[in-house]
Amino acid sequence: MRTFISDTLHLLVRHLRTTLRIPIWIVVTLVQPVIWLTLYGQLFRRVVELPGFGDTTYIEFLTPGVVIMTALFGSAWSGMGLIEDLNEGVMDRMLATPAHRGALIAARVLHAAVTVLVQSLIILLFGLVLGASLPGGIGAFLAILGIAALLGAGFSAFSNGVALLTRREETLIAVINFFGMPLTFLSTAFMAATLMPSWIGVIAKVNPVNWGVNAARDAMAGTNWGGVGVNMALLAGFVLLTSFFASQAFKVYRRAA
Amino acid sequence: MNAIVVDHLCKTYRNGVDAVTDVSFTVSAGEIFGLLGPNGAGKSTTVRMLATLSVPSGGSAQVAGRDVESDAAGVRRRIGYVAQASGVDRHGTGRENLTLQAHLERVPKRDIAGRVGSLLEWIGLTEAADRLVNTYSGGMKRRLDIAMGLVHEPEVLYLDEPTTGLDPETRSALWADLKRIRQERKLTVLLTTHYLEEADQLCDRVAIIDRGRVVIEGVPSDLKAKIEGDSVTLNVEGRTSEGASVLRTMEEVLEVIEDGDSIVARVAHGATAVPALITALERAGIGVNAVTLSRPSLDDVYLHYTGHRFTSNGMAEQNHQAPANRRGGDQR
Ligand SMILES: Nc1ncnc2c1ncn2[C@@H]1O[C@H](COP(=O)(O)OP(=O)(O)O)[C@@H](O)[C@H]1O
Ligand SMILES: [Mg+2]
Repeated sequence: MRTFISDTLHLLVRHLRTTLRIPIWIVVTLVQPVIWLTLYGQLFRRVVELPGFGDTTYIEFLTPGVVIMTALFGSAWSGMGLIEDLNEGVMDRMLATPAHRGALIAARVLHAAVTVLVQSLIILLFGLVLGASLPGGIGAFLAILGIAALLGAGFSAFSNGVALLTRREETLIAVINFFGMPLTFLSTAFMAATLMPSWIGVIAKVNPVNWGVNAARDAMAGTNWGGVGVNMALLAGFVLLTSFFASQAFKVYRRAA
Repeated sequence: MNAIVVDHLCKTYRNGVDAVTDVSFTVSAGEIFGLLGPNGAGKSTTVRMLATLSVPSGGSAQVAGRDVESDAAGVRRRIGYVAQASGVDRHGTGRENLTLQAHLERVPKRDIAGRVGSLLEWIGLTEAADRLVNTYSGGMKRRLDIAMGLVHEPEVLYLDEPTTGLDPETRSALWADLKRIRQERKLTVLLTTHYLEEADQLCDRVAIIDRGRVVIEGVPSDLKAKIEGDSVTLNVEGRTSEGASVLRTMEEVLEVIEDGDSIVARVAHGATAVPALITALERAGIGVNAVTLSRPSLDDVYLHYTGHRFTSNGMAEQNHQAPANRRGGDQR
């Protein structure tokens, strides 16, 4: 356990350093959410006048959705770095050391969570600047960051698992494109649940992105902390499930060599 | 004491490729041992099994007294592995790479900074230590690779084709480095190469590996000494097999192997035999374009045991013909 933690932290430092060396990447990943918040926030401002949205502004409704969506796409690409390591022999070099096997993947998942945390912080602040209010207060603020990090960890583990099984960037890109947008639109990120066709509502119930959006939105409003708890528990389960998937994929990868 | 014992190791990949069919050799502690063979012979596969990266399909291997399968963790603690494909993190600096490697290799925390610093100096990368590896030349990267394999002072170091892809100058500089490692450190080195010269220069003993099996193992000079006499390579205008049969009938010829456009004849005394060989061929109506005479090299050892020549790019020739005449020195 001690080696697991210490190896994970050292590897995490490596990943964070790599990210910080390409700061443009952080900016790029923030361009899209910022555009969404400003553009959609303006464009669909009057959507909230429809019944079902309740007493809110669209920017307030949209901000948690955009946070979660950014968390999804920020972490889903996590497997790309792993594929680079596989291709460049970095993984082999580490596997020939006594390094804790689990740490090699856990560090990537943790890195995705940390990255998502920073992105969410920026988006959330931007949303507040654009006029969203935060009735839930500082507790809500922290809860949303936690929710985004959980979601990021879950999708990062999934992405790393896929990377280990396919070992091809093209395949990973295809998988992300196949899942990413549908998961977003089959959630309440952009539209209130009561206004969705009922079949989408059913799918949304088992969609981790939707759990994240609902938890973040409830936290923001600060009224339904029970719901926040349930959705966060569901997300934690999702993280466990995808982590198990990633660790099994890693075993398959090592056995196939 | 034996540092590496490999016993009838074999490996069939999932896609059905029999990469290693029968590899056995032993390496004594402190030795530089060379695994010499052309591309695709199974060198990397063998090393990967010895580095616990790939599970053998059969046979067994012990490294530093530990079994690669039943005590993989024990093996990992005692080896340094420098793969054919570099394996350094391009987005990190030399120092960061070494430091992380030292952590993963369980170097005591208080020793890490000092050891990394002295290794960087030892490989001449102190100046470049805090630059991104992206900006390193091929030779610098290779030296960093090797330093990473040494950071925990392993008992056994694997170097998989350490000089492949380097220009000749960098290669000889690296040879000097490797000789230095041998002098200054108590460690066993298993090196793979497809350069005969490299095996000859650096290795105490070599095993020649061809199509997944070891064909001969020994000290390079002994192997060469077993191949008696001189090699005469006759470049002829076609009809090589006919020419080869002509030469085979000659008293002074020990062995004849056809090799593309050439016939390679091993003779007791090259200088006196050459005129006779040419005359014999021309009498049979086979023109000789060029003749080269050489002392037996590892190339001839390779040719003798595999029946095909090492070509310049390291690829074994694809003709699967057996040695035409195995009347080797051992029969005389
Ligand atoms: N991961 C792999 N999966 C399937 N076949 C492989 C794999 N790695 C190597 N091979 C095949 O095994 C054979 C031996 O390869 P290798 O051990 O790399 O030889 P060498 O290092 O001597 O060039 C080659 O035919 C190669 O194509
Ligand atoms: Mg190789």
